[in-house]
Amino acid sequence: MTLIRIAKASWDGGLEKARKAYELIGPVPEKDSHKYAVLAEGQLPDMGFKNTKLSPKWVVFPQSEAMFTYTLDGTKENHHILQEVPAAPGARAVIGIRPYDAKAIQLTKMNFDNKDYKDPFWLRNYERCTFVGLAINAPSATDFSTSCGTGPFAEEGLDVLLVDAGEVYIAKVLTEKGKKFLDAAGFGEDAGADAAKTVEDLKAKAEAAITSKVSYNKIQGKTIMDLYDAPFWKDVLFGCINCGTCTYACPTCWCFDIQDEVKGTDGVRVRNWDSCMTALFTHHASGHNPREHEWERTRQRFMHKLKYFLDKYDAGLMCVGCGRCVEQCPANIDIRTVCNTMNAFEPGK
Amino acid sequence: MSGNIDRIKEIARGLLETEKVDVVIGFKKGTLPVMSEPTIIRKASDTETLIWDATCRLNLCNYLTGRKDRIGIIAKGCDARNIVGHIVENKIKRDQLVIIGVPCTGMADKKALSDLVGGEVTAYAEAGDQITVKGPAGEKTVSRSEVLQSNCRSCIKRNPVIFDEMAGEPVEELVLENRFADVEKIEAMDAGAKWGYFEELLSGCTRCYACKNACPLCYCPTCFVDESRPQWVGKGTDPIDIRTYHFLRAFHCAGRCTDCGACEAACPMDIKMRAFTRKGVKDCVEKYGWETGMKEGVRPPLDTFKTDDPEAFIR
Repeated sequence: MTLIRIAKASWDGGLEKARKAYELIGPVPEKDSHKYAVLAEGQLPDMGFKNTKLSPKWVVFPQSEAMFTYTLDGTKENHHILQEVPAAPGARAVIGIRPYDAKAIQLTKMNFDNKDYKDPFWLRNYERCTFVGLAINAPSATDFSTSCGTGPFAEEGLDVLLVDAGEVYIAKVLTEKGKKFLDAAGFGEDAGADAAKTVEDLKAKAEAAITSKVSYNKIQGKTIMDLYDAPFWKDVLFGCINCGTCTYACPTCWCFDIQDEVKGTDGVRVRNWDSCMTALFTHHASGHNPREHEWERTRQRFMHKLKYFLDKYDAGLMCVGCGRCVEQCPANIDIRTVCNTMNAFEPGK
Repeated sequence: MSGNIDRIKEIARGLLETEKVDVVIGFKKGTLPVMSEPTIIRKASDTETLIWDATCRLNLCNYLTGRKDRIGIIAKGCDARNIVGHIVENKIKRDQLVIIGVPCTGMADKKALSDLVGGEVTAYAEAGDQITVKGPAGEKTVSRSEVLQSNCRSCIKRNPVIFDEMAGEPVEELVLENRFADVEKIEAMDAGAKWGYFEELLSGCTRCYACKNACPLCYCPTCFVDESRPQWVGKGTDPIDIRTYHFLRAFHCAGRCTDCGACEAACPMDIKMRAFTRKGVKDCVEKYGWETGMKEGVRPPLDTFKTDDPEAFIR
């Protein structure tokens, strides 16, 4: 494992160099918080950010993405035929992505890139990206990532992991892609003999600061129907107002809806984030709604993340413990409570 | 205000024990220090989980829509006004309800609390009028009035207008110097400035619809944003669609909104969409002398017709 030392004084200059080969994406202030955005010429990421309200999942899975265009004008060539929107060119570097968000992209990859199905739009977005992560030295109280198969210093899904060590970043080079980015930025100074220990110490400290946990060891042992029919749902989910706050903030929510938008004779086929919280979600053309009541929609969200995904992929929860939904839910529906309730539930008792 | 909790529990317990109601709707302690969670209680013994403090921001009237059972509901001033609206609009029957009124001195703004301690609030406590929070910048104690939600600063009815049981002594109503100063500021802008103001106001909106879903007025079986035949509004991130949603929702609330602030309290992106609904509140006060939800049996102004209407076009 190569460790590179990046003096913070040379950070901005390095990014400017990297910008010649990469479109940069990073955290920037927005109102009283931060968001991940494509950085404009001369704009630099705010690496002192705490967390963002939305995850950077939009980099691979935009909230609205044009897939095809078409014309309904019969006098034009190729009318009524879908034309694929060409892929945006060039490499992108996602600077300051958090380890749990990188892990989340790997979880969603199981859905968008598997042996049965490859989503061309998701994949072409993904393949452009180099993920330059930033470890979390001071996790928030709602962070429960260490019980979700990731953590403040986790490396899965990253090409580089930056560790903020005061005056310097120590960069862990994790892939060839990562090395290429650091080379483009001119970062290559060996971090020295003590760096590995510095990183280990910060990691241990950050992991120890996470006291919030979920347990799901007993969920796989229960049948789907046992949990689906469990008596606790209506009361546990009573407060839920069925908004899309959790699904939009969630780095692993991947459902989408496809819409045609036509103005005059010009049409565009767009896919938008969908939310299982809404009445419209998977509403059948016949008029039948598979989840007629509000609480059934909320149950769907938790069953998908905490049961169906586990059973289908055997890869842990479809949750990385970032805590965004916990922080932002207007009604304080807490996935940790729901997960622990599902885990503790004893069917038939 | 949290001092009323013993009385609230006692009333709720009594209602369940004597089977006057099937359920009680109230708040329980949240998993975050600055949050509470709406809860439904079916057993008298569970009334112990009820809480009442300045984190009970959501409007519980929102949980009444279409219920068929007999409900005990805890209602602060604005919730009670919305319950009146719900009865007028036939969303609930008066005789299904036992309203446990709670005089209210306002709700604490989440962001104001986190600003006090420079970030994530890790502990929250109330003692009388004092709120104490802990966070990255240490511990801070303030009086509730310093951290009130914006709507609570211009509240016109802190004491419930409708109730069956009262869980506390009445509180003094606010004396408001200029209740609509915020609206007037926007009204005074020229078109360009107004446009810029609204554009900035709505930036960051993801259309999660927390605002409408937290709103007791938004009970349409299918909201216009979900209609597909015809489709009134696009579902993507086009700013035109985002504006259309907010403008239309505000119009739909005119004459019905009690300015309870649940929309802003629910918004995960801190969007102050009351800038729209408050214009409707102001116009209804000025043009029709109308205050929402103050009296049972009176329909809101945009929902009535009079044969002696002063406007000729409508007669």
